[in-house]
Amino acid sequence: MPIEFESPKPIVQTQFVLKTVAEEMMRSKSRYFDEHEHEIPWDYIEFMHTAMKAMGVGSLAPKEKRDGNGHEGEEKKEKRPPIAYQVLAAQIEALAWGDVGMYLVTPGGGLGAAAVQAAGTPEQKAKFLARFGEEKPTFAAMCMTEAGAGSDTASIRTRAVLDEKTNEWVLNGEKIFVTAGDKSLTEYEKLGKGFVVVWASIDPSAGRAGMRAFVVEAGTPGVKVTKLEHKLGIRVSDTASISLVDARVPFDHILGSPTVEKTTTGFKGAMATFDATRPLVAASGLGVARAALEFLKEKLAENGIQIRYGLPRQKLTNIEREVIDMDIMLKSAWLMTIKAVWMADNKKPNALESSMSKVKAGDVTTKITQKVVEILGPLGYSREFLAEKWFRDAKITDIYEGTGQINRLVVARQILEYSGKDLR
Amino acid sequence: MYSFDPTEEQQMLVEAVGKYALNDLRAAAREAEESNELAKKLVSKGWELGLLQASIPEAYGGFGERSAVTGALALEEMAFGDLAGTLAVMTPSLFATPILLVGSEEQRQTWLPKIIEGDWVPYTAALIEYILDFDPNALKTMATASGDQFILNGEKAFVPFAKDAEAILVYADLNGVTQGFIIPKSAAGLTISDEREKLMGLNAFPMYRVKLDSVKVPAANRLGGASGHDFAPVLASMRVANAALAVGVANAAFEYSKNYAKEREAFGVKIAQKQAIAFMLAEMRTEIEASRLLTWEAAWKLDQGKEDAYTEAYLASTGAADMAMMVTDRAVQILGGHGYIREHPVEMWMREGRGFATFTGLAIV
Ligand SMILES: Cc1cc2nc3c(=O)[nH]c(=O)nc-3n(C[C@H](O)[C@H](O)[C@H](O)COP(=O)(O)OP(=O)(O)OC[C@H]3O[C@@H](n4cnc5c(N)ncnc54)[C@H](O)[C@@H]3O)c2cc1C
Repeated sequence: MPIEFESPKPIVQTQFVLKTVAEEMMRSKSRYFDEHEHEIPWDYIEFMHTAMKAMGVGSLAPKEKRDGNGHEGEEKKEKRPPIAYQVLAAQIEALAWGDVGMYLVTPGGGLGAAAVQAAGTPEQKAKFLARFGEEKPTFAAMCMTEAGAGSDTASIRTRAVLDEKTNEWVLNGEKIFVTAGDKSLTEYEKLGKGFVVVWASIDPSAGRAGMRAFVVEAGTPGVKVTKLEHKLGIRVSDTASISLVDARVPFDHILGSPTVEKTTTGFKGAMATFDATRPLVAASGLGVARAALEFLKEKLAENGIQIRYGLPRQKLTNIEREVIDMDIMLKSAWLMTIKAVWMADNKKPNALESSMSKVKAGDVTTKITQKVVEILGPLGYSREFLAEKWFRDAKITDIYEGTGQINRLVVARQILEYSGKDLR
Repeated sequence: MYSFDPTEEQQMLVEAVGKYALNDLRAAAREAEESNELAKKLVSKGWELGLLQASIPEAYGGFGERSAVTGALALEEMAFGDLAGTLAVMTPSLFATPILLVGSEEQRQTWLPKIIEGDWVPYTAALIEYILDFDPNALKTMATASGDQFILNGEKAFVPFAKDAEAILVYADLNGVTQGFIIPKSAAGLTISDEREKLMGLNAFPMYRVKLDSVKVPAANRLGGASGHDFAPVLASMRVANAALAVGVANAAFEYSKNYAKEREAFGVKIAQKQAIAFMLAEMRTEIEASRLLTWEAAWKLDQGKEDAYTEAYLASTGAADMAMMVTDRAVQILGGHGYIREHPVEMWMREGRGFATFTGLAIV
């Protein structure tokens, strides 16, 4: 395929459909849930679950991986190039345009399922991902971060020890900041049984090589949600602390290989997950940025302020320059995101592009929302409109899935051909 | 569909251009910049790559079809070698491509074969004017209709190779719209300055002022023929070219400073191992990619005739000008004091980096 920028039909269609969802199910409730932290948007959850089931899918996850039956060959028969990740990125952007916090409350597995997809065996994918297509909306989450290990994921303290008598893994530790951790573990009548993917060490002396991911099902004795955070933004999304005290999981709940080789397979599994999810997080940020920029343009138009595209810079008013710069940022960040997921779809290694898209999206999402509030003045600062909320929501884009700094490190290591030791 | 893979043909072309860019242009760049002189042989060799020739259909003596995407890929690659050399090689395109895009059939037949069938011959174009508040859509050079001809008055600046040019495509304001006029060098009232332009950068690339004092242009030499042409596609193609060149120069500065940072030691480690340097490099690479993709998209939209293609080209060029300034400035910073010395090319790229805010009109895809 030559260089091309035509949005594929499935993307155009999904954007069209999701715009209505975003307006009717999300925007209309944005303010309410921002002001009622920890309430659960059941209408949205049930609507999305029903809608996804009607489409024959249980989650927003890419199609060729979702069924877990090893039918990846299907893509080839269709002859068309695979676009599942591209569609997913477009869906996420469209939902985040509605409300990024609420998007994070979309049932269907989120980062937990993404980890299973990236690091699990075909059998594990089949076993753990089937639930998302069932009767009740179901959640999953990813637990990496600990109080003493944020960016520095290799220093996690959560331990997994194999009990050879029962062939079970015994997990102990304390995870924090788990997105959708509560909905994944706590038993709500309206929800199916979820799980969390817990990163733990099976051999602390092995450092990164000892890191492994474990699927921990809701209802596992010894696993408890101990806290829900109060946040700057994305308040409708629960951010949970989870404690694991002698939590036992079956042997085959360890994702990928159970042996500690002298390599860093486990850590690489985590990094592979990030390669897949970083552009998706970028997409979620860009949805917020687009919402804010479109809102600004609307308000400017209402007040008779036109943006005269095509004029040389020195002839533009300050507002025109700002808007044009924001257009450039947003468009190019989106293209970087699409390129990163296009590479994922085509099985091209994308660690560099994936992290670059996250760096760029983290930057432009925060900049655009900050600028929009500034330019709108009192209208921007007021809670009567959503601009101030988008400003607060946007900031998380530059923090989770690797902070802006961590993603710069990843980019720098790639371009300099450095290891983590060469550049810390 | 989205796709980011150049075709095999494009890859081969880019590879050939890349070799020339490094082995020939880059190798000669510093000396050319210091001596204000590009070797004619160097330019001819670049011309023989056939970039313009391949963008013109057989009917007019070429062997291909114009593609803004291919043009953008090639310009970026060549500018990675050297900007002045690239602009020189591509100067005839400034005259030929607008004729191909919006010229009349007669103009295409008259000029295109002549330009592309032989060796590199300087045909050129004059867009920029030496005024504050320059705007390609509000030119101060005026064209007025008078019977079946036009009278042109004004002054153009930064006109590549004007001294030796066989003919110049001069842009002027006709009733509030920018229009091109084909003017042979023998035209009465056309004066080309003896002195070359002296600019902050591009010393090796000869540019001149061109004065028009009641120059008479027959209606048939109005670009597009008697009824004229739409300037927007021409300007958009110039903007895409400007953006692609900016990406190429920025990438040159990035690669050079990256390699330097991996060699240079301070405080017992390579400076690239310091985050202050590494993060600059990461951001440079990220912004280059951002501009490159926006440029590709604008080029693709031009090729597809998408309605927002012109806006996109404007955004790509505007963004790339900022990006190139940021990246080339940082390249100098990464080399420290050595970056300031003319032994290294980064100071040259920094001078060029500032130029992309002004260079629209010096190249076209
Ligand atoms: C709302 C929310 C949801 C989240 N969801 C999840 C989730 O679902 N699952 C999960 O596992 N985690 C989640 N996280 C955690 C998130 O990924 C971490 O907060 C993040 O990785 C940063 O870690 P930290 O907060 O400990 O900051 P620290 O690591 O302490 O970083 C503090 C500062 O130091 C900088 N820094 C750190 N190391 C370096 C370095 N080597 N070089 C330069 N600068 C450096 C950082 O960029 C940052 O600016 C979530 C966080 C929030 C706030």
